[in-house]
Amino acid sequence: MRQDTRMTPESRGSQTVESPPPRRQAPADAIALRGVDHAYGELQTLDTIDLEAPAHSVLGLVGASGCGKSTLLELICGLREPTAGTIEVGGAAAAAERLARCAFMPQRDLLLPWYSAIDNAALALRNQGIGRREARAAATGLFERFGLEGFEAARPDELSGGMRQRVAFLRTLIAGKPVLALDEPFASLDAITRAEMQEWLAAALRTDPRTAVLVTHDVEEALYLSDRVAVLSARPGRIVAELRSPAPRAPDRDAAVTDPAFVAAREEALHALRGS
Amino acid sequence: MVLPGLLLAGLLGLWQIACSTGAVADALDLESFLVPSPAEIAQSLWENRGLLAENAWVTLREMLLGILVALVVGVGFAVLMHRWRVMRDAAYPLIVASQTIPIVVIAPILVVWFGYGITPKVLIVALICFFPITVNALDGLRSVDPEAVKMMRSLDASRWQRFWRVEAPAALPSLFTGIKIAVVVAPIGAVFAEWAGSSSGLGHLIQSDTAYYLVARQFATVAVLSALALALIGLTALAERRVVTWR
Repeated sequence: MRQDTRMTPESRGSQTVESPPPRRQAPADAIALRGVDHAYGELQTLDTIDLEAPAHSVLGLVGASGCGKSTLLELICGLREPTAGTIEVGGAAAAAERLARCAFMPQRDLLLPWYSAIDNAALALRNQGIGRREARAAATGLFERFGLEGFEAARPDELSGGMRQRVAFLRTLIAGKPVLALDEPFASLDAITRAEMQEWLAAALRTDPRTAVLVTHDVEEALYLSDRVAVLSARPGRIVAELRSPAPRAPDRDAAVTDPAFVAAREEALHALRGS
Repeated sequence: MVLPGLLLAGLLGLWQIACSTGAVADALDLESFLVPSPAEIAQSLWENRGLLAENAWVTLREMLLGILVALVVGVGFAVLMHRWRVMRDAAYPLIVASQTIPIVVIAPILVVWFGYGITPKVLIVALICFFPITVNALDGLRSVDPEAVKMMRSLDASRWQRFWRVEAPAALPSLFTGIKIAVVVAPIGAVFAEWAGSSSGLGHLIQSDTAYYLVARQFATVAVLSALALALIGLTALAERRVVTWR
């Protein structure tokens, strides 16, 4: 007689199989800026900025160095207060509430050298009071999804530039905030890695759509990754043009950026930049 | 380690030759026992090993306790001054000013207040070590990238999480620099404190040997004191390598 040696669910007892954490549906918030001015003392940096970004859309901000686009990003994130005007993220206008809704990714990756790659990625979870083991477990899934498998324990200086940026992006993503604020995320990378990372970010946002604000000085990058692109003038920054991207986050980047409609939009943006 | 060792050996060799030929003693018109050669100092070191070890332990304890007090108070001050701007504005000039008061002047006063025991020695070592530790710790805390602070704020970090996860680790290399300086100046503080009034310790030994012209033993004592300081620096460097693993 054949004996049934399979374990019944009851007999398994404490040996419960670890089930993967349910995929959180990322929340998303709309952003609205009305008549926003900003000044550092006497120095006027931003002049009457009106902008809107619907939930789950990517807003690109382009402009020359020093035009105030990073300041604008910090204003949206609640890291600064405007001198005039209102900024709403998910309907909330107070700086503390904007800060609670936005995850800021600074220009340089700023991975903390005293933490491993996974602990850097899990930083937001640790800050939210989640224990180390649990935070690591949550980050591990994303490491696998973003091609960083095997580098969990690596020190930041052992990672390549592109990997560092991916870890920095994961660190921003994992915070689970409705808005991602990306300040020139790929500015420090070489041209090839940069194009790869743009494709990678496009893919990441296709599978996990978020509201995002992307600051860059690269018009092509802005048009490829964003739904809409605002072009800022030289200081004090004003919006001189707003363009709709012809192919936001298209799977085939090379085809997308050489498409005539894309090239036309790029020329229009460059023209607006030069004219400002 | 090889090059300084060679240099030291060369210098000791020259010194030995200068002494054993009697050249130095003749030039200074002194009895030769007042100008001991390295060999004589080594002999004294060996013969007095028990006495030297006993007194070295006294001085080492003063230094370690003093450095510990300076570390606790110095880091505490640095954190307070970093956390509250008004603290920095108020206390920083006073901390700098405190360094202009000569230890030689303070030491006798502290002996009057606290007696011949270990307390005034620990206080003087702490006083002299406090400054490099505080200033370097504060510099380290302030060296944090402001962008990293924004990133942490945006990632829901509380003030203390920002401190423990970003500012404190970032300040560690600088703090270790401060500790290394403190360790180098600690023997100076300990010796001054012992000279101001004590019944034991390496500084006390050097001072009391002057009366008996025991110059060889004085040199031997100085050698022990230097060795203590070097050992402490080595230990600090070792600790730094264990703690600051990311550099």
